[in-house]
Amino acid sequence: MTRAIALTVNGEQCGGDVEPRTLLVHFLRDQLGLTGTHVGCVVGECGACSILVDGALVKSCLMLAVQADGCAVTTIEGLSTPGALHPVQEAFVNRFGLQCGFCTPGFVMASHALLMRNPNPTEEEIRRDLSSNLCMCTGYVQIVEAVKEAAVTLEQWRTSRT
Amino acid sequence: MAVIRDPVPAFEFFEPTSVEDAQVLLRRYGADAWVLAGGLDSLDWLKDRIKRPEALVDLGNIPGLKGIREWDGGLEIGAMTTLAELVRHPAVRDRYALLLEAAEATDSTQIRNQGTLGGNVSQDTRCWYYRAGWACYRAGGDMCHADTPEAINREHAILHADRCVAVNASDTAPALIALDARMVIRTAGGAERIVAAEEYFVGPGVDITRMTILEPGDVLMAIRLPATWGGARFYFEKVRDRQAGDFALASVASATVVGNAGIERMRIAVNGVAARPLRLHAVEMLVRGRPASESTAMAAANLAVDGAQPLKFNAYKVPLMRDLVKRAIRGSTAAAWSLLT
Repeated sequence: MTRAIALTVNGEQCGGDVEPRTLLVHFLRDQLGLTGTHVGCVVGECGACSILVDGALVKSCLMLAVQADGCAVTTIEGLSTPGALHPVQEAFVNRFGLQCGFCTPGFVMASHALLMRNPNPTEEEIRRDLSSNLCMCTGYVQIVEAVKEAAVTLEQWRTSRT
Repeated sequence: MAVIRDPVPAFEFFEPTSVEDAQVLLRRYGADAWVLAGGLDSLDWLKDRIKRPEALVDLGNIPGLKGIREWDGGLEIGAMTTLAELVRHPAVRDRYALLLEAAEATDSTQIRNQGTLGGNVSQDTRCWYYRAGWACYRAGGDMCHADTPEAINREHAILHADRCVAVNASDTAPALIALDARMVIRTAGGAERIVAAEEYFVGPGVDITRMTILEPGDVLMAIRLPATWGGARFYFEKVRDRQAGDFALASVASATVVGNAGIERMRIAVNGVAARPLRLHAVEMLVRGRPASESTAMAAANLAVDGAQPLKFNAYKVPLMRDLVKRAIRGSTAAAWSLLT
């Protein structure tokens, strides 16, 4: 038996009929076609499916779609604007913070969440925070550098706007 | 394109908005009902298809179960409060930093955003034989697969094993015991039952099939932190293989009040070494009135592991637990585990 859910995804009203057992990540990918959010381990260990739900970073394989009913969801697709990458994405490109790219959406979302909470993290804080996510190509050094660069860019954005 | 769904077996899903409604559902479905808190433990069971409940009762939409309030000089924490909320709450930081440290030691940002305090203390054991669905004592069978000559039992119990050698994996449990927290339960019959955190957890000798005193239909409502240990000197340490996404091999939590004549009073609990978090009563008595010195710590630590019975692969937990107890008593500037990132 399915039930109707309605939620905001990347600023747009979305909805669908889901079975209660449908994981949020599968709803996003299969029903909304937002395949940027990746399914890695499906048990909350790898972080590839990290998204924001009501502003909080979560692993979307550890939530049922029905639990996101009424929530505001941000996925990797919601970070960039047409024609322009988000500064965190830009930094991952500049610093070669990805190899195969499978873990990248999760890392970008986790980095974005970290920088919203803590705009100027130390290297240790970055490493500790991103320990929630796994990269099997082990590009960790470049990922940490990318987060540092993104922090600088975002700081410049903020100061230039005010 | 092939669609991979990894579906869990179907279930009915309920989101009651009051505890009363939740308990009506729990009564209606009985043994086929499953209480859902943050879902981190629950979804693992469902995805592995070891547990196949007919009805999930999600407590996430009951306003009364959320939030942190001042209560009788201490704090009352709703059972569905997330670990992330705990970590950033100013009153927890100021008065009960022990609980903050324990909550912060739990997995990662994502998990702390999703996991709840009530769920963290009520989670099932992670013994991999049991989690894989083997018919062990805990699952209603007639043997322990973790305590055979071939068993891999590196993460299992060294103390108080009784047929089952699984351990309790909660990080916040020993902190709550050290803080003398009270667990507020609404029984299936609707009565309020309040128990000390220490009594909330049960070992296999009492009931081998569950980890807490919760009876079917009971709901953990809140956790109350009394003023008793607010602002004491705290020590928390969790040792694990990997910094994130890993359960404790052993952990210690303590609250100590030190006066001019030495330790006035202390509460100390360990986890990851037995089926329930252990309050170390003998240690608390031994250190009273003594200086918080190396020799006190040594004597207490030896007492703490008295009677330990390691299995084939977990003898390392004996010196590990001994060292954690020592550090909790005499303090440590070398607790470098959390700094190694």
